[in-house]
Amino acid sequence: MNLVTREALLSFHRTRTLSVLSVTTIAFALFVTGLFGLVALNLRSALRQVAERVQVVAFVKRETPSQQISAAMSDIAVFPEVLDVQYVSETQALERAQRELTEFQEVYKGLEVNPLPPSIELTLKPAFRDGKHAAVVAERLHGFEFVDEVKYGQDWVQRLDSLRDIAGLIGLAIGFAFALVSIVIIGVTIRMTVLQRAREIEIMRLVGATDWFIRGPFLLEGAIKGLLGGAVAVILCAAVFGAFRAQRMGLGVGLRFFGVGEALVLLVFGVLLGFGGSLVSVGRHLRRV
Amino acid sequence: MIRFTKVSKQYTTGTDAALEDVSFHIGRAEFAFLTGHSGAGKTTLLKLMYAAERPTSGDVRVSGFATATLGRDEVPRLRRRLGIVFQDFRLLEDRTAAENVAFALEVTGARADVIPARVARVLDQVGLAMKADAFPRELSGGEQQRVAIARALVNEPPVLLADEPTGNLDERATRGVFQLLCDINAAGTVVVMATHDLDLVRHAGKRTLEMRDGRMVFDSADDATESW
Repeated sequence: MNLVTREALLSFHRTRTLSVLSVTTIAFALFVTGLFGLVALNLRSALRQVAERVQVVAFVKRETPSQQISAAMSDIAVFPEVLDVQYVSETQALERAQRELTEFQEVYKGLEVNPLPPSIELTLKPAFRDGKHAAVVAERLHGFEFVDEVKYGQDWVQRLDSLRDIAGLIGLAIGFAFALVSIVIIGVTIRMTVLQRAREIEIMRLVGATDWFIRGPFLLEGAIKGLLGGAVAVILCAAVFGAFRAQRMGLGVGLRFFGVGEALVLLVFGVLLGFGGSLVSVGRHLRRV
Repeated sequence: MIRFTKVSKQYTTGTDAALEDVSFHIGRAEFAFLTGHSGAGKTTLLKLMYAAERPTSGDVRVSGFATATLGRDEVPRLRRRLGIVFQDFRLLEDRTAAENVAFALEVTGARADVIPARVARVLDQVGLAMKADAFPRELSGGEQQRVAIARALVNEPPVLLADEPTGNLDERATRGVFQLLCDINAAGTVVVMATHDLDLVRHAGKRTLEMRDGRMVFDSADDATESW
């Protein structure tokens, strides 16, 4: 085992209480950040589900030849924003209205003439499900002469956009604040470790150890603590998530936990905090002694 | 080996100088006492030698290094050519005597396979071969200081600096540690020992540099007459 690894592990062993305290502090700081991450993640996926309903509908003039519609649909399908194109005939529109708008079922039954026009319904790709892109697509559809009117629920799409903007902004601000608090707390914890080993650092310097040699074990120790703290934070998040879902069966159905990648991000964040915190703390200490 | 030329040191602007216009030279294989009351400037003088402090003015040369202008990266290289011993031993309490000594070799990048033999040899040299596995708390003050000396010697430095090494020891242990420093000097190592134990200085018959209020007021190499 090389000296840096041995010294880092020995330090863990020798300052057990402080090491456990450091790991716990890092774990709780990352746990809070992780919980916020979970909320943000689920909020984002809920908004994405709502956005799936963003649809652009072009109402087609009656008696438009079907060849003309088919040709136009092929053109529309290759719009960069478009995921899927469907033609809804007058009959299909009526059937759907009767099925979905139950309160008007009686009204539709008594009709002699179908009042509903045929339409082309466009589903947009996830990245384009917002007011701006829907409007661009609508404008382009207006260019087809057989298109009578284009609708995409302008009002609610705009409301969804602003909700998304607010959620993103608040998420970024709170996430940044949590991360900052974690960094400060972890920095203080690591500083305590450095101060506790000030004598050892002083002796190392007196016998001719270079600054990088002195830093080595601290950096490794910080990274290990960050990794352990991150792992504990992921376990705590999983426990809280599981408990929440178990308690609210109905509400918890659509919720999701971190994927492997996201859990790894939390671990890497822990390692970076531990490593970076140690680098700064030891560096500051070394400049003073 | 050690040369101070018109060295002054002021810790904070506006306060009295800790050292003022100090010049002297200590040659190869010399043993020199550094004496004076507390606050006379002995420790500052030693700190300038191992580059823990830089002079405000003047030139300090130790073992070929100009410590006044030494870059931070070069300080470890200087320290590897010095052994340093303190009154409070500065041992790591959670390591055995052998581990404390080995530590000095390990941090300077010595090969792992040569470390045990060198540690054993130097512990034998200071008379602690039998206590290699003892922790500092299990050793007497004199023995702890011997471990500290062993640690200072293990890199075979040409210069050994000792700041009040017998200050915490009883008379018997003091004699033992002093004799050890004399033996080390006899083997060719320059020894500079700061002390206010005038009895020890008087009976040793070694070169003496006396400090008072930051000035060097007496050097027995310049004046054969004792000042006390």
